[in-house]
Amino acid sequence: MALIAHHEKVETRGLLLLVLILITVSIGGIVQIAPLFTIESTIERVQGVRPYTPLELAGRNIYIREGCYNCHSQMIRPFRDEVERYGHYSLAAESMYDHPFQWGSKRTGPDLARVGGKYSNEWHVAHMVDPQSVVPESNMPGYPFLLERELRFADVADHLRTLRKLGVPYSDEMIENARADLLAQASAEGQEGLLARYPKAATGVFDGKPERLTEMDALVAYLQILGRMVDLTDVRIEDLLQ
Amino acid sequence: MASIAQLSREAAAPAYDEDVVRWFTIATVFWGIVGFLVGVVIAFQLAYPVLNLDLEWTTFGRLRPLHTSAVIFAFGGNALLGTSLYVVQRTCRVPLFGGPLLAGFLFWGYQLFIVMAALGYVTGVTQSREYAEPEWYVDLWLTIVWVVYLIVFFGTILNRKEPHIYVANWFYLAFIVTIAMLHIVNNLAVPVSLFGAKSYSLFAGVQDALTQWWYGHNAVGFFLTAGFLGIMYYFVPKQAERPVYSYRLSIIHFWALIFLYIWAGPHHLHFTALPDWAQVLGMTFSLMLWMPSWGGMINGLMTLSGAWDKLRTDPVLRFLVVSVAFYGMSTFEGPLMSIRQVNALSHYTDWTVGHVHSGALGWVAFVSFGAVYYLVPRLWRAQRLYSLKLVEWHFWIATLGIVLYITSMWVSGIMQGLMWRSYDSLGFLQFSFIETVEAMHPFYVIRALGGVLFLTGALVMAYNLYRTTRGDIRTEEPMPVGAAARLAPAE
Repeated sequence: MALIAHHEKVETRGLLLLVLILITVSIGGIVQIAPLFTIESTIERVQGVRPYTPLELAGRNIYIREGCYNCHSQMIRPFRDEVERYGHYSLAAESMYDHPFQWGSKRTGPDLARVGGKYSNEWHVAHMVDPQSVVPESNMPGYPFLLERELRFADVADHLRTLRKLGVPYSDEMIENARADLLAQASAEGQEGLLARYPKAATGVFDGKPERLTEMDALVAYLQILGRMVDLTDVRIEDLLQ
Repeated sequence: MASIAQLSREAAAPAYDEDVVRWFTIATVFWGIVGFLVGVVIAFQLAYPVLNLDLEWTTFGRLRPLHTSAVIFAFGGNALLGTSLYVVQRTCRVPLFGGPLLAGFLFWGYQLFIVMAALGYVTGVTQSREYAEPEWYVDLWLTIVWVVYLIVFFGTILNRKEPHIYVANWFYLAFIVTIAMLHIVNNLAVPVSLFGAKSYSLFAGVQDALTQWWYGHNAVGFFLTAGFLGIMYYFVPKQAERPVYSYRLSIIHFWALIFLYIWAGPHHLHFTALPDWAQVLGMTFSLMLWMPSWGGMINGLMTLSGAWDKLRTDPVLRFLVVSVAFYGMSTFEGPLMSIRQVNALSHYTDWTVGHVHSGALGWVAFVSFGAVYYLVPRLWRAQRLYSLKLVEWHFWIATLGIVLYITSMWVSGIMQGLMWRSYDSLGFLQFSFIETVEAMHPFYVIRALGGVLFLTGALVMAYNLYRTTRGDIRTEEPMPVGAAARLAPAE
């Protein structure tokens, strides 16, 4: 082959080899990733997806910190058994404000994309402290320390501001009220403002200890919103086409 | 007998920088054992959750990234850096560009990266991007170290005294350049504060997912494949004392491999919310990738033509050759699993874990072991390895470990995938999720035992290499020659 005869030129010129490698390995990524930002139908046009409340966001960061994604996916595939087991298949829109995404790649435990509202707060707390106490065959680690540790949230407004820079639609009002909203969500009352800003947020004393705001409160608040933002009884097929 | 030309060539050989290669070799063995040990621990945790100890630093969620990073970046990375610096000097016939100072920075800078990443994992500092978990400050540090690596490696190539750039160096260069590109794009993030560890990734949701798996699959493609093919292209011909089988095949396989690999990422996202066109594109290129992968395997294996008998007497060569065979097996299994209908069953299950380990243990680790066994006697000026019998033991213990590992994961993965989708005669889901977890217990135990064997083999290697560096030689019967040699007439 003539082309191979010319390869001599490449393998005797270091810089040429370097440039050709760079061009060769760039093409695939450009063709696959760039259109995802420009094709509008990539993210379905459904109603209800909102930014996380400050408490949910704090809980999500604990979910990431503990590496929950190593064993739990948040991505239901459109198969009969998955839809029956977990609920409606996941939409791209539902994770459009997820920096980073938490789709996962392995189900050592079940999918959590729609776990919100399936179990009570008490169940989640008992399960997190000692998983085998509620599911004897489970191989999940226990997280009793979450119930003991106070949630650190002094900089929660900075987190919202950072995410706003990245395109998450946090309003000035949301950022101003970040600390108040965080406290209100884990209290027994005073949530009108929070619920106006963040519809469908689960509220209450999640860990059963009203005197302290713990990491457990935040994590359960996050788990309880998963999959509940979009009203899936109310979407049209045309809106789901990608 | 060495010819006169050869002798004069060796006399004229420049003084190579070997200190840094020695350090990287020690680090390879050290981090390999750490990585395998953490792997064994987390394998037992899945079978016996009490081993998570209810402490935040020891849960599976924090130790699993420690395991994956320790084996990929600490064990594999040190093997790649060490061998590439050894190979590039010899194939270019010049010492390292930048001298011992830059090489020393590269070594210690890379070890600092590993330690910073590991400390982050156990204390919960993570971006949650698989195989790219370190936070922004560690990523910045690695970027600096990586640029120095490119300068040292590429500078040495530009300084070369040989007219041609040897094929192993094409692969090393593609690995260095592409990993730089992947690392930078996938880790684009904005820190919440300059004095805190936490950052938020630039992308979200579906775009973030594809960027991550574009990175994730090509960490496999360029870190664990292209780089290690560089090892294959130098150490297999050297140990077999035969030239590479085909020059043409190496050209075709090189360019096809690096072009096609980059497209394969979306096969990690089949049937997710990623648009179908991207999934199909990812599957198509994954299937095509089978060809250049096997081109590389054939080029490696056929290098032994006319020297197959050496497999009987040389356990080091056996590590190298069996690694190429495992490479062939896992690069056949990979395209198979990238088919959407197969992936529907295999995704989210242990089948994927088994597949990764047939590549990681069988290919990456075995080819590294072969290279390390080749290097240590030469770097420490020993007459030969302390014991070939111990290499033989290492080989069989590790091979048995791999067999237990991948067969148990095939069974548990396929079983769990089938259990998830099975229906009873009334049309209800037959199994609850927890019943599928329970069913996997025996296979988790078998897998962990496979890991124990693999770790044991590595400890045998460490002992053998330690004795070799001291110049010890164990008196051993020569390796038995095969029946063919015994039957051949003497004259």
